[in-house]
Amino acid sequence: MRHIISLLMENEAGALSRVAGLFSARGYNIESLTVAPTEDETLSRMTIVTRGSDAVIEQIQKQLNKLIEVVAVVDLTDGDHLERELMLVKVRAQGEAREELKRMTDIFRGRIIDVSDKTYTIELTGAGSKLDSFLQAIDRNLILETVRTGASGIGRGDRILKL
Amino acid sequence: MELTGAEIAIKCLQEEGVEYVFGYPGGAVLFIYDALFNQEQVKHVLVRHEQAAVHAADGYSRSTDKVGVALVTSGPGVTNAITGIATAYMDSIPMVVISGQVSSSLIGEDAFQEVDAVGISRPCVKHNFLVKDAKDIASTLKKAFYLAKSGRPGPVLVDIPKDVSNQKAEYSYPATVNIRSYHPEKHGDVTQIKRAAQLLVEAKRPMIYAGGGVVLADAAKPLTDLVRLLGAPCTNTLMGLGGFPATDKQFVGMLGMHGTYEANMAMQNCDVLLAVGARFDDRVIGNVAHFGSVPRKIIHIDIDPASISKRVPVDVPIVGDVAHVLGDLLAVLHSSKQKPDAASLETWWKQIGEWRSRNSLKYKYSDEVIKPQYVIEKLYEITRGEAFVTSDVGQHQMFSAQYYKFDQPRRWINSGGLGTMGFGLPAAMGVQLAHPGATVACVTGEGSIQMNIQELSTCKQFRLPIKIIALNNRYLGMVRQWQEFFHGNRYSESYMDALPDFVKLAEAYGHVGIRIERPSDVEGALREAFARKDELVFLDFRTDPTENVFPMVPGGKGLSEVILAEDM
Repeated sequence: MRHIISLLMENEAGALSRVAGLFSARGYNIESLTVAPTEDETLSRMTIVTRGSDAVIEQIQKQLNKLIEVVAVVDLTDGDHLERELMLVKVRAQGEAREELKRMTDIFRGRIIDVSDKTYTIELTGAGSKLDSFLQAIDRNLILETVRTGASGIGRGDRILKL
Repeated sequence: MELTGAEIAIKCLQEEGVEYVFGYPGGAVLFIYDALFNQEQVKHVLVRHEQAAVHAADGYSRSTDKVGVALVTSGPGVTNAITGIATAYMDSIPMVVISGQVSSSLIGEDAFQEVDAVGISRPCVKHNFLVKDAKDIASTLKKAFYLAKSGRPGPVLVDIPKDVSNQKAEYSYPATVNIRSYHPEKHGDVTQIKRAAQLLVEAKRPMIYAGGGVVLADAAKPLTDLVRLLGAPCTNTLMGLGGFPATDKQFVGMLGMHGTYEANMAMQNCDVLLAVGARFDDRVIGNVAHFGSVPRKIIHIDIDPASISKRVPVDVPIVGDVAHVLGDLLAVLHSSKQKPDAASLETWWKQIGEWRSRNSLKYKYSDEVIKPQYVIEKLYEITRGEAFVTSDVGQHQMFSAQYYKFDQPRRWINSGGLGTMGFGLPAAMGVQLAHPGATVACVTGEGSIQMNIQELSTCKQFRLPIKIIALNNRYLGMVRQWQEFFHGNRYSESYMDALPDFVKLAEAYGHVGIRIERPSDVEGALREAFARKDELVFLDFRTDPTENVFPMVPGGKGLSEVILAEDM
């Protein structure tokens, strides 16, 4: 099953490679991994999207907790949560496609953030599945370049991951 | 007080009560060696290869309960140390390794003798640090010692760039250490301990399976008390030998791939299994599915939550220091009115007695060729079971584990997890330094000993009267055994040709060497060697090249799918 694991760790050089190294050394799957500092400058927050059986996910959490620089670990998929990912897509936008792409962007509540005579750059935010749908909805041949941030997640309501 | 980084590092070692540092100098650690030179409290042991420095620090730690310390230079100093660090990591040995690094300004420029020490050691340390400022050395070393020793122990590497070791900073050693993300559990959960006690007294066929965690936690006493109170059989893993007295009638021998028939059968057929400081690894329980095919309740006590339910699902997990939890468990059992079921235990012991009567460790003695098992039996007799025995890796390691009966913890020193050939001799150096008057035997093979043979020189320099028991069968014995069993007798590259004359080699290093070729000479040679109290003696036993280790649970098989010597 797909799980979103959120963790707080010391904002120190090398902490990221400990987490990444753990996943590769133990053969755990990483679908995406994002990391950035938080409002507390000593901490970074990481969101890891992974897949595995319950036993594997339990081991992943335990192994992450063992890393000295990891301060807190939660599996967001254990409860209600929100998930967002940002995608930038550069598309060939000429002729009929130019209007069609504008329409699709509006339908998906995206924004065109850069325009040239031949291209659009579209910004889209949402759950990973929404971004996938957008890419499937437009003509594949028009896609010049995509870049995605990977998912960030947060618990709903009173579910808070903080020190 | 303002000191250089190097002086601070040595001050920290003094504060930690470090007796010996095992190491090898080089460019990046020159300032640290200079600081060592100017004091006498911390003694330095100059090895002949950095791998040996780490193994020696490891042996020192395993035979005491102290943190082992090694000091190596940058680049090849660190890479040579990695095998030693990984060995300590796999067996959870507390250790601090200080490595020199090229000067800060050169890091990342492919400088002479530069290697990313923190990166290259990351998968095989409990934690590591790169110190960027001399003012951080004291707090970092304080953390390093604390991390190495607390919780599930392990090696910690501290990498110090050359300029940092020469930079001045204010020195004060922190009295306490606080790492906000690190709080190892000491006490187990009371409710779980009560559940465990209940299961154990109600068990019809209880079994206690104790591993290296018992040795590391100095929990042999409470474990022994518990086993006696419950009247249950007890087995030790390779790492746990000595955690429960091997000569006790409740001891059923080591379990696992080369464990006794009775230990493995009891493991498979018990109804309540108490695992203490052990991790159900592949060499211990064999095929996981086969192990899980029999219903039994499992209680697992371990300091590391990640060891629990990793390979085998557990019914009663108890995270905590093994010694504490066993103490609490004993207290609950003592206050309970319910006693273990004597009638069931009698039936269970009768069954175990039947398994025992298969005498799975019997071997055919020969008048003509020296049997390796016989050498270990004699070694046990002559040292009255009181020696510190280090070993390398292979058949001789298994024979030692099977035939030397360890009644005390920290006497059996071997690389169980990583299986590092070349471990035995340097580990014995650390053991001998920690216990100057004690009898230290290094059981090895002609393959393993050559992986760190250069340390005979260190032994000479530091006058370490280790007795090397080389079971020389002219084969990489365990490899040969697998090739015989599973690869159609094709002995690919397992024959040791062009062996040195070990007697002359020992003499060349300034030691005594004895070659033993007849079974009738085994005992005399051992007696002579151990009588030479102040000398290192290299005993080159020419043993039966065709002997195999039995019993054997082949890789991927279940614990009851065992091959006994009588089956062959």
